[in-house]
Amino acid sequence: MAFKEIELNMGPQHPSTHGVLRLKLSVDNEVVLAIEPVIGYLHRGMEKLWESLTYRQIVPLTDRLDYLAAVSNNLAYVLAVEKLMGLEVPPRARYIRVILAELQRLASHLAWVGFMANDIGAMTVLLYSFEDREDILDIFEAYVGARLTVHGVRIGGVPFDLDEQVIGMIRRVLDETPKKVADIEKLLNDNRIWLHRTRGVGVISAADALGLGLTGPALRATGVAWDIRRDLPYSSYEDFEFDVPVRPGGDVYDRYLVRMEEIRQSLRIVRQALGRLRPGEHRVKVPRVLKIPAGEVFHTIEAPKGELGFYIRSNGTDKPERVKMKSPSFINLQSLERMSKGYLFSDVVGILGSLDIVLGEIDK
Amino acid sequence: MTALTLLFDLVIPALKIAAIILYPLVMVIVMIWMERRVVAFIQGRLGPNRVGFQGVLQPVADAMKLFFKEDIIPRQADRLLFNLSPVLVMVSSLLAFAFIPLGGSFEIKGYAIDMWIAASPVGLLLVLGLSSIGVFGIVFGGWASNSKYPLMGALRSVVQILSYEIPLGLTVLTVVFFSRSMDLVAIVNHQKDARVWFGFLLPVSFIVFWISGIAETNRAPFDLPEAESELVAGYHTEYSGMKFAFFYIAEYAHMVLVSSLVVILFFGGWLPPFPNVKALAFLGGLPGFAWYLIKIMFFLYLYIWIRGTLPRYRFDALIKLVWKWLVPLALLNFVIVALAWYLL
Repeated sequence: MAFKEIELNMGPQHPSTHGVLRLKLSVDNEVVLAIEPVIGYLHRGMEKLWESLTYRQIVPLTDRLDYLAAVSNNLAYVLAVEKLMGLEVPPRARYIRVILAELQRLASHLAWVGFMANDIGAMTVLLYSFEDREDILDIFEAYVGARLTVHGVRIGGVPFDLDEQVIGMIRRVLDETPKKVADIEKLLNDNRIWLHRTRGVGVISAADALGLGLTGPALRATGVAWDIRRDLPYSSYEDFEFDVPVRPGGDVYDRYLVRMEEIRQSLRIVRQALGRLRPGEHRVKVPRVLKIPAGEVFHTIEAPKGELGFYIRSNGTDKPERVKMKSPSFINLQSLERMSKGYLFSDVVGILGSLDIVLGEIDK
Repeated sequence: MTALTLLFDLVIPALKIAAIILYPLVMVIVMIWMERRVVAFIQGRLGPNRVGFQGVLQPVADAMKLFFKEDIIPRQADRLLFNLSPVLVMVSSLLAFAFIPLGGSFEIKGYAIDMWIAASPVGLLLVLGLSSIGVFGIVFGGWASNSKYPLMGALRSVVQILSYEIPLGLTVLTVVFFSRSMDLVAIVNHQKDARVWFGFLLPVSFIVFWISGIAETNRAPFDLPEAESELVAGYHTEYSGMKFAFFYIAEYAHMVLVSSLVVILFFGGWLPPFPNVKALAFLGGLPGFAWYLIKIMFFLYLYIWIRGTLPRYRFDALIKLVWKWLVPLALLNFVIVALAWYLL
């Protein structure tokens, strides 16, 4: 039975496109000839909307971009605004931000490994990883009251100080997570089916990855050691000791290993930050009506999914003239076609999963 | 006395036929409930536990929902084949149960009652043949839907089921070497006389048969024809309501069938375990049907356990597994068993 080339429409309603992504595939039998991602089904006009909101009002909206990593979005935007204002944040606030951002990275990576494994058919991993993620969301709930759209970073600092209860919860997560991650790895790392589905699948070279602007763990899995936390430190990341995991293969398996290692490194950072937390102010006073003198700024952070940047141009009023967002999911999705050409249709699901995209961030 | 015998002759077969149709359906209900609960426990959650005691009525509630759902036939579908295929799938998997012995014979007032409907001399062939007819249902369903995902699911399914039939047939032959019969009842009786189950005599046959059986039923890790994350729902994507339920029930009935075959061919059917140990003779006190149920439950549980643990194979690996490993292994096993049989 030989098909000629057939067009296959994957999504926007499909179990493994992670939201409302549509992929136009050309397949020959099951071999992928071309892929065209069609985006925009979740477009909410965020960037235009922000032009009519004050600097402060924008922060909670950034939660809705990458909804699996709300704190990272808050942090990227707030850091950009603070850079524009020339605002210095007290060290305790910076450390709390680091703790929150790393916990968010943990939550995001755990959700990722679950979805990814589910796409490949190992559905138990999804439930295991979500159980771990639940503990982290509980921390956010105890800290600010929200679980998903956290709004945990404010201009000038963080909304609350870390109290004993929250610190206790964080310590418990620090103790429990390595065990739970080891459970997941036991299910996957040496599983022949998992290895066959991930190793040598969706390979991209370092040169291609750089050319397509691939960022984050996917880039580090091609052998490029680039992590903004280490290379352009922000929010006092330079105080902490951590490794940047790098793998040479550029395939789905390496992306998996990089992220699993990042989970451990995040735990390390949180542990150090908790240990070095000194009493002090957790925020500086910022005027209620925030007018920022005319100017422009661009600031990037290492979000769980890659390099997340905000460009802000102000015109001296309390609202920005233009906010532009450089979202890692949007950029990483570009390399999907390069990665999946010539592989099987089943692999597209795994490759797409390995990119860790969130449609809220792609469509904005 | 003749009137009573005549009554028995009429009533008992009718009751048996009703029972053998209901039996797989009841097992399907039990199995659906068990699958959802067991997978839930494997994954650290509770599963359905609201409808009835511990959620046992959940499958019934699901069936009611499906029963009242709108029956949608896509406009471009081939109506005849589209309607025919769920029937084919369902009938073929239910019909095969006619040849499955659920227990030994027993007597009521001097009248012998067998726990099977038909003890055909070629029962084994008939069961395998009938269960393979189901693949036509899958192909017709996938093709008649006139939609791409079902078509891909159907194509995968054909290749998969046809490939895995071969090791299945080859391993069954090794059992026939020993039993000298294709009658399933005779096969069990032979294991009774030999005082050993074929599973322990032919471990390779059992393992190959079991792996192929999982693939035959399109279950994880070989559930490619309906791989949710790839093909949405595979060959039954376009089906809704009771037609969808037919595919669903047929799949579970097929699992019960394969488990029954494993138990009958390799683990002594309704026979109690340890017939050689005097101290455990009381195990024979349980009726044969109970032993049969306990044994198939173990294999049905294995199905669920595997599903909760393993990721899904990719298509090339699936085909590689059968043609590069299972078929040569089954052939080798066949030759060795034949030689052993000839020489000893």
